[in-house]
Amino acid sequence: MGRPLTITEKIIQNHTDNEAVAPGDIVNARVDIALGNDITAPIAIKEFEAIGIGEVFDRKKIALVPDHFVPNKDILSAKQAKMLRDFAKEHDIENYFECGEAGVEHALLPEKGIVLPGDLVVGADSHTCTYGALGAFATGVGSTDLAYAFAFGELWLKVPESIKVIFEGKPKKWVSGKDLVLYLIGKIGVEGANYMALEFAGSTFKHLGMSDRFTISNMAIEAGAKSGIFEPDEITEDYVKDRAKRDYIFYKSDEDAEYAKVLKFNTESINPQVAFPHLPENSVDINEASAKNIKIDQSVIGSCTNGRIEDLRIAAEILKGKKIAKYSRLIVIPATPDIYRAAAKEGLIDIFMDAGAVVSTPTCGPCLGGYMGILADGERAISSTNRNFKGRMGDVKSEVYLANPAVCAASAILGKIAGPDEVS
Amino acid sequence: MIFSGKVFKFGDNIDTDAIIPARYLNDSSDENLRKHCMEDADESFPSKVSKGDFIAAGNNFGCGSSREHAPRAIKVSGVPVVIAKSFARIFYRNAFNIGLFILEADTDGMDNGDILEVDTDTGEIKNKTKNTVVKAKPIPKFMSELVNAGGLIAYAKKKIKEGKK
Repeated sequence: MGRPLTITEKIIQNHTDNEAVAPGDIVNARVDIALGNDITAPIAIKEFEAIGIGEVFDRKKIALVPDHFVPNKDILSAKQAKMLRDFAKEHDIENYFECGEAGVEHALLPEKGIVLPGDLVVGADSHTCTYGALGAFATGVGSTDLAYAFAFGELWLKVPESIKVIFEGKPKKWVSGKDLVLYLIGKIGVEGANYMALEFAGSTFKHLGMSDRFTISNMAIEAGAKSGIFEPDEITEDYVKDRAKRDYIFYKSDEDAEYAKVLKFNTESINPQVAFPHLPENSVDINEASAKNIKIDQSVIGSCTNGRIEDLRIAAEILKGKKIAKYSRLIVIPATPDIYRAAAKEGLIDIFMDAGAVVSTPTCGPCLGGYMGILADGERAISSTNRNFKGRMGDVKSEVYLANPAVCAASAILGKIAGPDEVS
Repeated sequence: MIFSGKVFKFGDNIDTDAIIPARYLNDSSDENLRKHCMEDADESFPSKVSKGDFIAAGNNFGCGSSREHAPRAIKVSGVPVVIAKSFARIFYRNAFNIGLFILEADTDGMDNGDILEVDTDTGEIKNKTKNTVVKAKPIPKFMSELVNAGGLIAYAKKKIKEGKK
């Protein structure tokens, strides 16, 4: 018998020819899905052509999702999107999504069953770690990495050490995956898991759904982590079974697997969190944030972090029959066309529009200061997105506060940072 | 290799939005990246940096996005080496993949304008202004092979030529 392994070590080992792997080893790992978007894939395509291999390794294992500046925000971004389209045509890429089918990549790929439990996924987007929620090893890489993966179907990876993060107990009303991950980043810092895999566990996750897991895995990178993984269970199986078009594997960590650290939190004592500018680690309790009376100009609900249907339902529950504050904006961005359609069918879009919100087509848009909600000098936003770096959503003198969709909705109504209980 | 130049000093957690803001990511040309490099951390950086200058920073340099535009912007600005106490992991791998040297070392003694002499083979960093020497952490073997091959694409070409795969 070899040494006991974590789920991360098992997935990586099964994607190499190595007989054993251990943290710190640099391995060549086979890739199940290699992902690029309209910002990162253009460089990857150029570098792929520079390699001169001609053919991609497998046209079914590449995903190209134009989502950052699409529908094209300007001529230059249109050129970048065109590069993806031309490459997809030339190589007959199966998972290319044209505007209209495309959505925010990390919401889209799980929804379509393209990434599955047990997969090894690399993506030229830092939030590729989202798929850890499915029990996959998924990590963000660069464009040159992506070019290499397009060519050979493998990539060099350092096997990470793992930190086990255990949340025990039932979450309070309005506490979601977003709050748990902001709380965690507040405790360990933006560099707290640099180069490491976060592995989430505990009874709390029996009370939360897949969408909360996606949110948590999505923000693993905000603690510097290479990946953020959950052991798959019946909740995963329910999500995956009707979406998958190929086989998948549920890996589990061995009981005596080694961790660099084990962290335990009592979920019952955690309130909704707000991360203050300009780092995701600046998280405080909603009661403390609300007491500071912080006026907001804009509220954003969307992104790969919190743009799923569950997030929109929560926001609609709070916004129903209410109006947003005068001289403030609420921007709601369903993350995929299917989510958009479901929100329309369920009447959520009406609720948002009645409240005075604008509802956008799926896009990353304002999350990274691209378009569709850019802030002016001195403006302040509360956002369900993942980063609040200086200038992230616009002018370098603007501010972003991060929170869950319920807090973003309540704050839009009151025009100040507020908790959901203050409006219901 | 030995490089010599002056230091531009930055603090902790210099994120990729500060290195190259997303509003410029609709164009990945060298010219565009050079024009806006480090703009949100120091607006005057693009006009003041000269070929051979160094960036020195605190912890977690390059955190945030996977955008390879960030190390590319630094490289095309003429900066041969970035020295920081620590690097965020995607930036770290991107830098090696594109052939930008990065060294992990104590940067507390380095200030704006200090003249450094940096030996990327030995990891020795001489501060000529302050007459001090610090030693960088050794670069892992595979990473130095990658840089010596000229980055990941050159490594890939070599692999094809040697007929492995």
